[in-house]
Amino acid sequence: MADKSRRAFMGKILAGTAGVGAVASLYAMKKTWDPLPSVMSAGFTTVDLSPLEVGKLSIIKWRGKPIFLLKHGSDIERNEARDIVTQDGSYTVVIGLCTHLGCIPEWKKDETKFKCACHGGEYDIYARETFGPPPRPMDIPPFSVKGSSIVLGEEGPEYKKMLTLAKS
Amino acid sequence: MAKFEKANSVGEWLDQRLNLTMLNKVMMTEYWIPKNINFLWAMGMVLMTTFMILLVSGIFLLMYYKPDVNMAFDSVNFTIMQDVAYGWLFRHIHGVGASLIFLIIYIHMFTGIYYGSYKRGREMIWLSGMLLFVLFSAEAFSGYMLPWGQMSYWAAYVITNIFGGIPFIGDELVVWIRGNFYVADATLTRFFMLHVLLVPLAILGGIAVHFYSLRIPHVNNQDGEELDYEEEANRYLAGNKKRSKVIPFWPVFMAKDIFVLSAFLFFFFYLVFYNYQFAMDPVNFDPANGLKTPAHIYPEWYFLWSYEVLRGFFFDIGGMKATDIGLAAFGFAQIIFVLLPWLDRSPTVAPANRRPYFKYWFWSMLVVLIILSVYGKLPPTGTNAWIGFYASVVFILMFLALPFITTKEAKATEKANAEKGAK
Repeated sequence: MADKSRRAFMGKILAGTAGVGAVASLYAMKKTWDPLPSVMSAGFTTVDLSPLEVGKLSIIKWRGKPIFLLKHGSDIERNEARDIVTQDGSYTVVIGLCTHLGCIPEWKKDETKFKCACHGGEYDIYARETFGPPPRPMDIPPFSVKGSSIVLGEEGPEYKKMLTLAKS
Repeated sequence: MAKFEKANSVGEWLDQRLNLTMLNKVMMTEYWIPKNINFLWAMGMVLMTTFMILLVSGIFLLMYYKPDVNMAFDSVNFTIMQDVAYGWLFRHIHGVGASLIFLIIYIHMFTGIYYGSYKRGREMIWLSGMLLFVLFSAEAFSGYMLPWGQMSYWAAYVITNIFGGIPFIGDELVVWIRGNFYVADATLTRFFMLHVLLVPLAILGGIAVHFYSLRIPHVNNQDGEELDYEEEANRYLAGNKKRSKVIPFWPVFMAKDIFVLSAFLFFFFYLVFYNYQFAMDPVNFDPANGLKTPAHIYPEWYFLWSYEVLRGFFFDIGGMKATDIGLAAFGFAQIIFVLLPWLDRSPTVAPANRRPYFKYWFWSMLVVLIILSVYGKLPPTGTNAWIGFYASVVFILMFLALPFITTKEAKATEKANAEKGAK
């Protein structure tokens, strides 16, 4: 009996230590797969929007994602929840990935809409979904306005205001 | 301790230490296979051989391949394809092998479904087989990423994005799997590790389990007949080979197997040398570019049916988003075959064509899968999108209906048997 309980005790100690070791190892393995610090910190990009031409799409790369920059003409109605406004005018600035499965839509200037070739999704000039499988408008990256430029990755007051508008 | 005496031969010396004679009996000469089988029973060995061919060709590719976003494409398309002597051969063997192993897996799988080889004690064979199917799918997906062409990149993009659909943790999970905000160097290198080490190790383990799971229920036969293996084996060993319903695995069964295998290998190497293009997508000969989506993204042929289920639901239904329905349907398609032994409520083990209701289900399912595969490759516009939608719905409904169909069949069979008994 004494022998049995001693073995049971040793078994519990072994299981406990091995369990702690297993959890610690899993934690380390999980962290090893995390993005590196250099990857995480990369990506505060300043973009000057003043050289853009009306109706012509520019694409830049930020955190490996394409960012659509599109200057609106004076005939385009203002959209409080979607437009980024600098001292030079208003712009569509979105992550240029279809919200369905992440393909890059094309800008059709003549039809003033974005079309995704993968599964036929369409978006209007504000990058709001109008047809097909996309579940939501294209995402607006965090930004802050500095004169005629914006800083991507920084959450300025304009961005926060947009978030509250989007929620309501 | 066992007694060791002076051995008279190398064989005897080894036998004293490893008991090879017994091992040979258990695994080969007295491992019994039913006589009443056909060429479809050779697919297991065909798969094993194809896997070995993939392993060997993979080892040779591994010596020159570079898992780095700046070097991967060139290491495949210039170094291996042009500089390395016979590098092209190993690449074509590897590409054709990956495609054909899925063809044989599907034949193997549908042989099992047709003959009802997933029930009455054979559930573990089915489950371990489906586990192998999942592992081979992971192996194919991770391998497809390595040449780092446009299709590699965008397939990786779309497939890793699917995990974003998991509630709450989705977005973080995608970044974690990729090791970056997008498909990048970290992604390539970790999937390289999965492709050359972790998944193949798991496959080898899976094959061991799959073979072992055959041991007790034994393989099925063409009529689903339950054999008394001990009695039949004794009959065979007593010399009454003609009346015995079984044959030993080695050399009798393997002699038949090797014949089928040889026929397969003629076909295999014909494709490798003369018709390898089907396994080499032209779009993948453009280097990966994260800023340019190819006009149409489609997987290799063997994933087309589940890809079509994923994108078949292209409009919102009753407040549910199209994407979420597609993901749910995709998840359903991935696991539903695993549950087959429990969805089929009829105890009858017989070829589908001898089952009054199941035969319709079986052949219709095959047709639906072919339709899904064909439309999975076509651009999802207009009529195509609707055919994809209806085929996906039919696929799901057929699996939901299977328990009812087979319950009804079981009752009908019981009644027929009772009537026969009364006469």
